[in-house]
Amino acid sequence: MESRNIMTLRVDDPLHTAAAWLKDGHNVALATVIATWGSSPRPSGSQLVVNESGEFVGSVSGGCVEGAVVTEALDVIRSGQTKLLEFGVPNEDAWELGLACGGQVTIFVEPVTDSVNHG
Amino acid sequence: MRRSLLTEILEARTAGRAMAVITQLQPLEHALYFADDTPTANKLAAQYQSEAEQALRSDRNVLIESDQGNVFIQAYNPPLRVIIVGAVHIAQFTAPIATQLNYEVTVVDARRAFANAQRFPNVHVVNEWPDRALPKLKLDHRTAVVALTHDPKLDDPALTGALRSNAFYIGALGSRKTHAARIERLRKHGFDDAELRRIRGPIGLDIGAASPGEIAVSIMAEITRTLRRPKLREPSA
Repeated sequence: MESRNIMTLRVDDPLHTAAAWLKDGHNVALATVIATWGSSPRPSGSQLVVNESGEFVGSVSGGCVEGAVVTEALDVIRSGQTKLLEFGVPNEDAWELGLACGGQVTIFVEPVTDSVNHG
Repeated sequence: MRRSLLTEILEARTAGRAMAVITQLQPLEHALYFADDTPTANKLAAQYQSEAEQALRSDRNVLIESDQGNVFIQAYNPPLRVIIVGAVHIAQFTAPIATQLNYEVTVVDARRAFANAQRFPNVHVVNEWPDRALPKLKLDHRTAVVALTHDPKLDDPALTGALRSNAFYIGALGSRKTHAARIERLRKHGFDDAELRRIRGPIGLDIGAASPGEIAVSIMAEITRTLRRPKLREPSA
């Protein structure tokens, strides 16, 4: 019914975007926050989708690590292999490396494919 | 993730089905668990069924780390919704706050001068009387119903509809005296004390709210508490 899902199916929804990109013939990777520690800005389950041009929709942090995740995701698209990324180091480099808040985040990046799963 | 699985996830979300996506990280494997489905034949889904159920119940995703490899379970519950009955001034403050809190908002009021897209941008507006509108909205356990009209002719049918649903929160605007009279009217419709205690009235947490915006904050605070701490209940008025 029309009253449902303006939130879940709006255009900036990562999974919805992934489906639309695949339909248009793009190659796509999906990044998902699978664990957080401390004051990480985006909760577990937050997602970001990336296509082969480096376009992305969604977020996995407050904007601090998206650039690095997109770079890694391009690699995942090329290789077809998953990646497990960890960000946030509680030292003086924290600001520069990513999570200025001192939080830590683990992000899983997987290809979204038309064919069988890659391991 | 395969495209076919992505399509399945999106379809289930559109249908408002409670679902968990189970991802084994290495070797990569996915399975879907549906709360409304018969026991699954999928091995991975069967193995993590109780964790998936728990993730849906608590509305929290979980990473399970074990010797057999790590598994991430992502819970997709149907969207949270707030149905506001009565397109009044307080509703104009409640709608945007609820939207910010990630609720889908529907404003029900037959009066087009009150309920229209100018007064309520970016939310659903239903120009029908509550007794007609509510059944179509399919209230479920992820829905909060807020009655703000001040008019028993409109509030009562809304509350009756809400009481007959699984709505997790039901609130009605009005003083203690107004609320007591309302409870007596609804009792005549055959609702017992336990059922009538589901209605929060006077609506909202007692934070001394005075302005429409403050009342909206108190309403959304009470809805949040009912959602996140369902066991915490105030003594009935």
